[in-house]
Amino acid sequence: MDDQSSIWLPEAASTFAEDVDGLFYFILAVSVVLFVAVIGAMCWFTYRYRRQSDADRPVPFKESKWVEASWIVVPTVLVAIVFTWGFRVYVKMGVAPPNAYEITVRAAKWSWLFEYPNGVRSNVLHVPVSRPVRLKMSSSDVIHSFFVPAFRVKMDVLPNRYTYAWFEATRQDTFQVLCTEYCGQQHSMMLSRVVVQSEDNFQAWLRESVMDESMPPAERGEIIFAQQGCPTCHSVDGSAGAGPTLQGLAGSERAFTDGTTAIADENYLRDAIIDPVAQVVQGFQPVMPGQYGATLTTEDIDALIAFIQEQ
Amino acid sequence: MHGNGKPKTMSTNDHTASGAHYLNTDRGLWAWLTTHDHKRIGILYAIAVAIFFLLGGIFAMLVRTELAAPGETIMDQDQFNQTFTLHGVVMVFLVLIPAIPGILGNFVLPLQIGAKDVAFPRLNLASWYIFLVGAVMALCGWLIVGQVDTGWTFYTPYSSDSSNAVLWLTSAVFIAGFASIFTGLNFIVTVHKMRAPGMTWNRLPLFVWAIYATAIVQVLATPVIGITMILLFLERLLQIGIFDPALGGDPVLFQHFFWFYSHPAVYIMILPAMGIISELMGTFSRQQVSGYTFIALSSVAIAFLGFLVWGHHMFVSGQSAISSIIFSMLTFLIGIPTGIKVFNWVATMYKGSVWLQTPMLYALMFLFLFTIGGLTGIMVGVLAVDVHLHDTYFIVAHFHYVMMGGALIALIGGLHYWWPKITGRMYSERAGRIAALLVFVGFNLTFFTQFILGSRGMPRRYHDYAELLERFPEFAGLHLASTIGSFILAAGLFMILIYGLHSLVAGKPAPKNPWGAVTLEWTHATTPPGPHNFHRMPLVTRGPYDFHLADEVFGPHGGNGAAEELSTR
Repeated sequence: MDDQSSIWLPEAASTFAEDVDGLFYFILAVSVVLFVAVIGAMCWFTYRYRRQSDADRPVPFKESKWVEASWIVVPTVLVAIVFTWGFRVYVKMGVAPPNAYEITVRAAKWSWLFEYPNGVRSNVLHVPVSRPVRLKMSSSDVIHSFFVPAFRVKMDVLPNRYTYAWFEATRQDTFQVLCTEYCGQQHSMMLSRVVVQSEDNFQAWLRESVMDESMPPAERGEIIFAQQGCPTCHSVDGSAGAGPTLQGLAGSERAFTDGTTAIADENYLRDAIIDPVAQVVQGFQPVMPGQYGATLTTEDIDALIAFIQEQ
Repeated sequence: MHGNGKPKTMSTNDHTASGAHYLNTDRGLWAWLTTHDHKRIGILYAIAVAIFFLLGGIFAMLVRTELAAPGETIMDQDQFNQTFTLHGVVMVFLVLIPAIPGILGNFVLPLQIGAKDVAFPRLNLASWYIFLVGAVMALCGWLIVGQVDTGWTFYTPYSSDSSNAVLWLTSAVFIAGFASIFTGLNFIVTVHKMRAPGMTWNRLPLFVWAIYATAIVQVLATPVIGITMILLFLERLLQIGIFDPALGGDPVLFQHFFWFYSHPAVYIMILPAMGIISELMGTFSRQQVSGYTFIALSSVAIAFLGFLVWGHHMFVSGQSAISSIIFSMLTFLIGIPTGIKVFNWVATMYKGSVWLQTPMLYALMFLFLFTIGGLTGIMVGVLAVDVHLHDTYFIVAHFHYVMMGGALIALIGGLHYWWPKITGRMYSERAGRIAALLVFVGFNLTFFTQFILGSRGMPRRYHDYAELLERFPEFAGLHLASTIGSFILAAGLFMILIYGLHSLVAGKPAPKNPWGAVTLEWTHATTPPGPHNFHRMPLVTRGPYDFHLADEVFGPHGGNGAAEELSTR
């Protein structure tokens, strides 16, 4: 845990995190003062004017217009201050600098995929330090929300339009990415990381990650398997998940919820990727997204099948 | 300003010689199920809401138990998602919305304005049955169409992807909504047409003002959730693209529709609670409620402004920045009258005679918790800060401080205050105080920890946080503390249930006016009230908190009328 963190807020690692935190602490401080004043007065009156006798009949008093007016004026001034301050920071958070480096974010149940200008895809977000990064985000199914607590960045990711977020990371480290719009069964597993690197390391990573067309299909399949977020539900070591494990899958006999069975040959695996809910293996829910037939190329699917056959 | 003081002209004795009251006339189950008496209908609501509150509470305890430790504790992801959905649906639609208007609104409002009943007694009974149909549908849906795991917000397109169970559940909410509309309609007409002679608008008890403002929201806002449900149906049946992007619809449009109802619904929950607090602060401070006119009119102002702030739920939804900015500004507009109400309640104790009985403990607890809920509402209303806090546990904590710390604590306080009037029995004051302490400690331990969880980044609706502990190790301890708090809170609530039931059979008979209150239900009706409320039509000659003019309660020289009754306890 970084020393920048406090009781209230996590570590801060983006350029506008400080602005957000300053505003948060200002509101917190004013709130504490108001709270202590209200509750202090409440406790004092409770004690000072406690009932002495059942026959107590206090005399009404004239309310002071000035006191009433101050209750209106002071809160109005305070909220005007925090509104204006919040508005200015919000505008800053909403408008990316024109020179920002753009990364495409694709959200799907239940994985993040980050696509770079040179075609590299990764399910971990790599970004250069001290350089504004703009995210162009869309979802292939339901609404998700991209949240990096350390950057104070959050934006919903919609299925029918692009939304945008930006940040400039201030130091090299790894931070948590969370989905904060409830998206179903594996919502709490829809996690990723931001790896903030020096410009040189970032560029080196970009070059290394370009997929080699001469790679053997099974190796390509392994990369696609990770990029598409498949490990969220499918393990390769036999452990249980939301979907069946890939270990020993190819060639095995599958029993489906409708009572039929089939041998997991190449055609079965292809169908199971393209139209996953047509046949659901016993003990599982029909929750796998159906977009892969559209988003993956034939070569990608071949490579995935080759990878599955090796497990 | 409330009344011109002719204390001795009021009728002073409404005790019935026969001892007949609304509980001991027309006995039998059938008489209760076909009753048109607003007091009995209030009790029918109380029984139904108590059962649903117990259910919703059990769901909450299951959720908290699952989250007590990282990893799967007692249920898997699907069960968890279904459980928090049920918790939300039951607590919002079957508890918070009907509770105060249905129970205390029904029982107290006609008595407070000096009426024999509400304007439409049959409609009143019908609304209870409609509410029950909706509630039973909501709770039995899983037997017929399967479980819903969308959360109580039913956001599209997630909800359009899932089964027909969502349509079933929203239909149930729609039907229960009609009960809310009918109740609201009834109260509006009752307040306009059935006030006793002399009960001018500026002599209405503040509880009546609050219920009246609530009724306006019930009538105007509830149809929108019905329209939304019909649009969901049309989309499903006719494949018209409205919300589902696969058909060319816009999922964010659903959020606009949903919050256009559900934000005003927040005021359906909190406005009547504010009314109860005004009554409690006045009676237990034996002082005029400070800023009567402002509190009364601000209820109405809040009711109308409440329609204009729905977009503050959507600052990171992709709605335009201009919309977010306008909604943020309007949100602060509604915050100011709310804040002034709090100041006025505190000021009511100034130069008063503060009596710390159980109902007053809940009123003070309300001030403590609601102030935290309100101030954190300002926090999440600030655009830049909300971006970080949105959909985290900070939001969960904020709305529990307002909805539970506000609305439900006020309801519990109100039930303690009117318990003698409703049942004719006194509960154990000592048990009441112990339970209040448990509720206060348990509540703060449960939900204050969630503020810290949320501002540190913990998202809501997460089944598991084991994977997050590497970077956020503090989540484990905070979640455990919150769960421990929820058990203390539950113990306090169960204690209230037990001593409440105990008082029904073994409680001391209640005196006519145990708190020395000066509104009509205490001064002009027997305890419990007769079947038709008043023997003679009350003639109102003073304001609802003119304790200094209430000589028939206290005697002409600041005497001891109430004291006599108190000393009999």
